[in-house]
Amino acid sequence: MRTLRYREALREAMIEEMERDDRVFLMGEEVGHYQGAYKVSEGMLEKFGERRVIDTPIAESGFAGIGVGAAMVGLRPIIEFMTWNFSAVAFDQILNSAAKIRQMSGGQFSCPIVFRGPNASAKQVGSQHSHAMEHFYAHVPGLKVLAPSFPADVKGLMKAAIRDDNPVLFMESETLYSVKGEVPDNLEPMEIGKANVVREGTDCTIVTYSRMTHVSLEVAEELAKEGISVEVVDLRSLRPLDEETVIRSVKKTHRCVVVHEGWPYGGVGAEVSDRVQRLAFDYLDAPILRVTNLDVPMPYNAKLEQHVMPNKERVLATVKRAVSRGRS
Amino acid sequence: MSESPPSPRPSVLPPPAPEHLAELYRQMFVIRRCEEEAARAYAQGKIGGFLHLYIGQEAVAVGACAALQPDDYVVTTYRDHGMAIAKGMSSKAMMAELYGKKTGCSKGLGGSMHMFDAATNMLGGYGIVGAHIPLAAGAAFASKYRNDGRVTLCFYGEGAVSIGGFHEGVSLAALWKLPIVFICENNEYSMGTPLSRSMSVEDTSLKALGYGVERDRFFADDVNLVEHRIAAAVKRAREESQPTVIEVRTYRFRGHSMSDPAKYRTSNEVEEQKRRDPLLLARRELVDALGEERVKAIDAEVEAEVADAVKFAEESPEPDASVLEPTTYDGPFAA
Ligand SMILES: Cc1ncc(C[n+]2csc(CCOP(=O)(O)OP(=O)(O)O)c2C)c(N)n1
Repeated sequence: MRTLRYREALREAMIEEMERDDRVFLMGEEVGHYQGAYKVSEGMLEKFGERRVIDTPIAESGFAGIGVGAAMVGLRPIIEFMTWNFSAVAFDQILNSAAKIRQMSGGQFSCPIVFRGPNASAKQVGSQHSHAMEHFYAHVPGLKVLAPSFPADVKGLMKAAIRDDNPVLFMESETLYSVKGEVPDNLEPMEIGKANVVREGTDCTIVTYSRMTHVSLEVAEELAKEGISVEVVDLRSLRPLDEETVIRSVKKTHRCVVVHEGWPYGGVGAEVSDRVQRLAFDYLDAPILRVTNLDVPMPYNAKLEQHVMPNKERVLATVKRAVSRGRS
Repeated sequence: MSESPPSPRPSVLPPPAPEHLAELYRQMFVIRRCEEEAARAYAQGKIGGFLHLYIGQEAVAVGACAALQPDDYVVTTYRDHGMAIAKGMSSKAMMAELYGKKTGCSKGLGGSMHMFDAATNMLGGYGIVGAHIPLAAGAAFASKYRNDGRVTLCFYGEGAVSIGGFHEGVSLAALWKLPIVFICENNEYSMGTPLSRSMSVEDTSLKALGYGVERDRFFADDVNLVEHRIAAAVKRAREESQPTVIEVRTYRFRGHSMSDPAKYRTSNEVEEQKRRDPLLLARRELVDALGEERVKAIDAEVEAEVADAVKFAEESPEPDASVLEPTTYDGPFAA
């Protein structure tokens, strides 16, 4: 076991996979000479050279498309978006190329590519730079979408993503890059599509992922002092979605709150709610509640930003609301 | 690559009228001082998020906007504080926006990257590289559609010339002969990437050739020259409804944003560039024309204005949550 930061776990996974497979390369803005806009790829240019760590101009649609084409004919690209916000410029390549190649070609071609980068809110970077893009992408059959919360999962899942024969979108978080965690030595790729119960409890299940897992754990700790026992399910993978683990937990606690960044309309929370009400209807003692961004673009002002984001206070109040329902 | 582009231009510039130069200098100095104060406030945690300073590039915004009528439009990137001021927005509205206050130009909702001011036809600063270029062409399209005689200036960094938005914007503006001037502020670095590693040619104005529009390229050391060269393109837009693609060569003295230590260039290089600081050049010229006393008086005026702007920003109230829904939709909220 070693303690690694989130960004170091990512880097190790990429380095190990690049060492074992020459087809794997890293491409994106400032990934090489600048050592990564958020220092995720620090040292990788020196290690692998310009053939395999490739700085691009600002041309997301161009280099996402280059990744897809290279993947079709046998390479295994890792395409970094400086942030997922900028993937909007490349949305067509992800939606219409990466996700469709296999179906359009009747299964003749696959697209083994990883798109990765930091996602969702940073701090006061305004409406164009604060998007939680996973909701858009999880909607698309043909794509896999991962959003781990802890360094060990980051490493195991990144290795799995690189070896996967499908397009895998890897959602990181600027605010998590420095988070530390234990990572086993010689970690093998993890199975994609498995949620993890990161805290056991009996009164209410919080289903969450990425940064909000950490916030949810804080809330669970606080509520424990008030005698409320919260179970926290860290999804890790949004598509495929591990409904088995979620349902097992809800059948135990009878209550479910889904917590994520991004807007409520049609998001991952809506998907989880649908599955829970369908598969555990008879077990529910309260409506499934969601804690998400408020349904407006992200404002710059610090207080309003906190107000719009799914903050600790709101998660706490929502769990209490779920738990108090049906109890006298 | 040819340094001297083919577009016609006066070989010797008429010297600027001293009072006009005084105004250009004043604006440049307001921008410089506002940026310095913004950097200080950022270090104190009073401004958050990204902060991209315009220090070193002031002559571009001020020279270019001096070639405009008040009705003309300006669209730019996230490096937009100086542009908003050059277009006529108050330093108070700018500073208050940086502080996230209700009295800011965008009510504290936009912040550093999104300076909008309808009153001065400042159509905004945009965060997604290249996305604003077709949008600017859209404003020019509206001018042609309504035949209102307005011109749009669209600014972008040299880093934006690689992205599709630039090419689609210029291509359509050329096809439909829109009254617009595309102005690349080539400050040599796109974040940490020098132009030599982001483009196959070193002159972004060459892109004009493929679209069959006029081009120009010059250094921004002399604000008076910037005004004259941009004015020629504005005239072409206004009178012939023809776009122009321009590259203005400039330099940013600070990092890309406050979080960039700019390790990709030497301090020697920066010092070398600071020797041709357009603000100091303008000041020297102005002292020759009007005397040191007068210039000192202008400096004092600027200091007072900027101190006022900071005080205004500090003392202004913050927006409250009631602003969120009406700024999301015009009319009833569509839940
Ligand atoms: C589509 C897109 N990709 C990446 C970014 C991140 N980013 C912001 S500014 C910038 C560099 C832009 O450089 P340049 O166009 O030369 O303008 P400058 O900042 O030098 O004024 C990058 C990569 C972005 N904002 N939008």
